[in-house]
Amino acid sequence: MSSKLATLKFEQLKAIKWRDVLISTLMPLIGVLAFILLWHTAAPNINTSLGDFPQPKQVFEQWGNLVDEYKTEQERAEVFYERQEKRNAELLAQDPAAKIDEREFNGRPTFFDKIETSLVTVLSGFFVASIIAIPVGILIGLSQPLYNAINPLIQLFKPVSPLAWLPLVTIVVSAVYVSDSPMFSKSYIISLLTVSLCSLWPTMINTAVGVAGVSKDLINVSRVLRLGWFTHVMKIVLPSAIPMMFTGLRISLGIAWMVLIAAEMLSQNPGLGKFVWDEFQNGSSDSLSRICLAILVIGLIGFLLDRIILILQTYINWDKSAVVR
Amino acid sequence: MSQIHLELTKVGIEFPTPKGPFCALRDVDLKIKKGEFVSLIGHSGCGKSTVLNIVAGLYQATTGGVVLNGREVNEPGPERAVVFQNHSLLPWLTAYENVELGVKRVFKGKKTKAEMREWIEHNLELVHMTHAIHKRPDELSGGMKQRVGIARALAMEPQVLLMDEPFGALDALTRAHLQDSLMEIQNELGNTVIMITHDVDEAVLLSDRIVMMTNGPAATVGEILDVPLARPRNRLELADNVEYNHYRSAVLRFLYEKQKKIESIDAKRAEKQLDKGAAEPAKSVA
Repeated sequence: MSSKLATLKFEQLKAIKWRDVLISTLMPLIGVLAFILLWHTAAPNINTSLGDFPQPKQVFEQWGNLVDEYKTEQERAEVFYERQEKRNAELLAQDPAAKIDEREFNGRPTFFDKIETSLVTVLSGFFVASIIAIPVGILIGLSQPLYNAINPLIQLFKPVSPLAWLPLVTIVVSAVYVSDSPMFSKSYIISLLTVSLCSLWPTMINTAVGVAGVSKDLINVSRVLRLGWFTHVMKIVLPSAIPMMFTGLRISLGIAWMVLIAAEMLSQNPGLGKFVWDEFQNGSSDSLSRICLAILVIGLIGFLLDRIILILQTYINWDKSAVVR
Repeated sequence: MSQIHLELTKVGIEFPTPKGPFCALRDVDLKIKKGEFVSLIGHSGCGKSTVLNIVAGLYQATTGGVVLNGREVNEPGPERAVVFQNHSLLPWLTAYENVELGVKRVFKGKKTKAEMREWIEHNLELVHMTHAIHKRPDELSGGMKQRVGIARALAMEPQVLLMDEPFGALDALTRAHLQDSLMEIQNELGNTVIMITHDVDEAVLLSDRIVMMTNGPAATVGEILDVPLARPRNRLELADNVEYNHYRSAVLRFLYEKQKKIESIDAKRAEKQLDKGAAEPAKSVA
């Protein structure tokens, strides 16, 4: 009887385990497949000025086209540099004192160059935002009067759309950032600043909340040990605030990536935003598929950026048992 | 007779509340000699912890003051190390690092790195925590965490060791274990200790003197009982000791006859009712 009961339990357990595996691996797959099927069947029914809405297959084909374009550009660059080298060598052979130009290949930025530009821009904007937001967050978390002073500004600027910031930033950058041989393009600086302005707030607020929420007991420990201000912040406050800080950083990076695409469209920073905009203006038969592809890539990169922050968090956070999701 | 080491004179404290100032303590007088082990006992809410926090410097007395070695106490400091009730270890540091934090503060410039290391290890050994020296608090049991908390306080070589219900959150067996450890350490080091407790046995077993506090508001020292039992003390031998039981019943009599807490019984009943209400839905889930 009891052995029968045991086998029954074992079988039940096995069944539960199988169900878990099904739910955790098969269900996401079913979800994605259902979405693709829906897309596939619905697309031909949407007739646009640029033809039917692209089906998944056509979007995937564009991937191949973009890879081909990239390869062609690479080849062109190689040919260009070879030719330049050869010409320079010839010049030097004729006259060792000849002046030679080393020119950069000035090809069209391909889809992959644009992804790179977008990543560089978003990360630099996010970096600028973080090195402002974290110290300010710590300060206003530690001091209630300072918090009261800055909180109205945070509440005022937090909801402002990037599209509202952009014209202002553009005009100011054009006026201030004047240089004969600029290290960075204006469009890059404009996108970077817009991203920073919009992604500053979640990190700042969450850091402040984390810092203000340090347990009273730990503060008493710090007082009894008579820790100096710096040691207090480094040993007690920051470690306590790290989980909240990362929550803020995650939200900020998410916002930064969203804002970037909009900023690039308007500032003409040669990234994914500009890619989408150019395809929209271009209006060829491939444009819709390319925009769809860009959307998928933007989503995927956003997801990966979020994962990177999560990995960073599990690496830095002292509480290894914390569940991150 | 050894000299007075720590002196509380007419200590009183008021907390501001929306209904006006609330007087928690009034006229607390206490003189403590060097190396003495003093317990503060009283019903919960009588202000025992407040007295300790004033000595620690975490609270400021409204009236009167605390003098340690002829100097007034008005801020917290490592010479009055506190063992907190809920251990208060930094969860991101290992046992070693937790002790190190205090040691680095106190012995900066006085001990070399190697000496500090040895001193930290020595203190963790004193509380029998050598086996878990590099573990984080979340890997330790409640009793072990409290041991590290004691090591952290001891390692600062405090003039007075302040213990705020150090074993209150532990189960009875662990508590007995830690009490024995504490007596051992006390025999060896001869620290001046003030310990808050609500456990009568703990008070009698560990203390040289038991300070019994009246109920609040405006709580103060009710009676002081000397416990001149020979040391080292053994809990098993003392269980049948006439003298021990006499002290024990003296404390009990103070707490349950002279300072009987009538209102709290009603409050407790209400609390129990609440607990029952909360417990029932939990059961149905299980």
